[in-house]
Amino acid sequence: MNRLNEVDLTDHFVELFRRASTILPDDMRQALARAKDKEEPGSAAEGALDTILRNIEIARDNSTPICQDTGTPIFEIYYPLGVSTRKLADSIRRAAAIATDRSYLRPNAVDSLTGENSGNNTGIDFPTMHFHEWDEDKVHVDLLLKGGGCENVSTQYKLPNARLKAGRDLEGVRRVVLDAVFQAQGKGCAPGVLGVAIGGDRGQSYIKSKQQLLRPLDDSNPNPELAALEERIHQEANELGIGPMGFGGKTTVLSTKINTLHRLPASYFVSIAYMCWANRRAHMDVQLHNDAVEVSYD
Amino acid sequence: MIKLTTPISDEEIRALKAGDTVLLSGVIVTGRDTAHKFLIEHFIKNSVSAEEKPFHDELKRLFDGGVIYHCGPVVKKNDDGSWTFVAAGPTTSIREEVYQADVIRYFNLKGVIGKGGMKERTLQACVQQPAVYFHAIGGAASLIARSVKEVLAVHKLEFGVPEAMWVIRVEDFPVVVTMDSHGTSIHDTVEAQSKEKLAKLLA
Repeated sequence: MNRLNEVDLTDHFVELFRRASTILPDDMRQALARAKDKEEPGSAAEGALDTILRNIEIARDNSTPICQDTGTPIFEIYYPLGVSTRKLADSIRRAAAIATDRSYLRPNAVDSLTGENSGNNTGIDFPTMHFHEWDEDKVHVDLLLKGGGCENVSTQYKLPNARLKAGRDLEGVRRVVLDAVFQAQGKGCAPGVLGVAIGGDRGQSYIKSKQQLLRPLDDSNPNPELAALEERIHQEANELGIGPMGFGGKTTVLSTKINTLHRLPASYFVSIAYMCWANRRAHMDVQLHNDAVEVSYD
Repeated sequence: MIKLTTPISDEEIRALKAGDTVLLSGVIVTGRDTAHKFLIEHFIKNSVSAEEKPFHDELKRLFDGGVIYHCGPVVKKNDDGSWTFVAAGPTTSIREEVYQADVIRYFNLKGVIGKGGMKERTLQACVQQPAVYFHAIGGAASLIARSVKEVLAVHKLEFGVPEAMWVIRVEDFPVVVTMDSHGTSIHDTVEAQSKEKLAKLLA
């Protein structure tokens, strides 16, 4: 039995929700500020980015949600041997209800049959949680708040795709990802971030694509082929000229992150997780030090 | 910067051109997926029941020359029972495309606020009515909530907080006209231009 099981993490998860909902990561804020400087002075695109940057400040200073759609909370939880994942899940659900009560989260969990909103962000498989056991003697939590507008323009392609002349190779991947950005127009709250997964079954492929959104914007893909593709798609997506909010402009995508999974010989899926400019990710580490709980965020 | 206050006149609407930035003030009402479906099924396609008549008449009054806002806010209930908008950015409008033209015509709406733009049927209704589509900045929820000065009423709270119809008074709500009453849509223009560019990139 791991002694971390004796720690009630509920309040810490509430704080993690607060940070994710109200504080945009600094790399995102800086990328948006650079994008604003690139737009024509006085254009609708520049105005949109100016409003976005002011909103980020107001949300941070007042601990109010950056966006009213506080999204699907998606947790990636890394835990050492012997820590109860059931206990962690219970504290996350309790924390979701408290965070809703404090207006860090909008009540966002709706029963698909009755249409009834549970009122506290808990429900069937809600929040989403993925647990990973690891060797380190601490619990690490990544939280992503994935909004509905950009989720609705996220998509999956099955290659080959005749319409786009996309075969089962990286050129095919490039073609379908650019098509996804075109189809999304401004509806995913551009300028967004693209998380792309190549391979897998349909379900795992989507999960992997969303996990790419947790990567820092300035990391470099260890695979040189994928690194080159990330850079090329990033540039070409911006050449589409869709711009902030779809008003037309120079920045449509802030970053592209690609990863792969093994696939069946018969299947070749490309999943694209479109994330809005409010790429709300927060991280937490929990460990015991001389019997005292140490919690750090980021 | 153009300033407008609800109720808005036809002349004020006709003077707006796609690309104009507007600061909007006055009383507006939120409504999204469940609300639009309800308005069509209970007020527009079928006769209004006695039970719903007071709400129907109230909406008729609020929407005449008025504005509907595609928004599911984060709200806080205060100790005295009143409400405060905490975060209130726009939601994606295209989901209401099947309903919007009928709602604009039935209620004589002068404006729809949302994000992402809408399509042909709504644009036609904007030309005929006349009305315009105001694009708010998606995700700018805390900033927009500051322009909500007062929550006057809430209807259909049983739809849930995001789907309820909130009657709010706003001051200097920043929006951009992206579909005007002369048939111009920035969304159509940008889509056509980006389609051309995509074809080149995939050539």
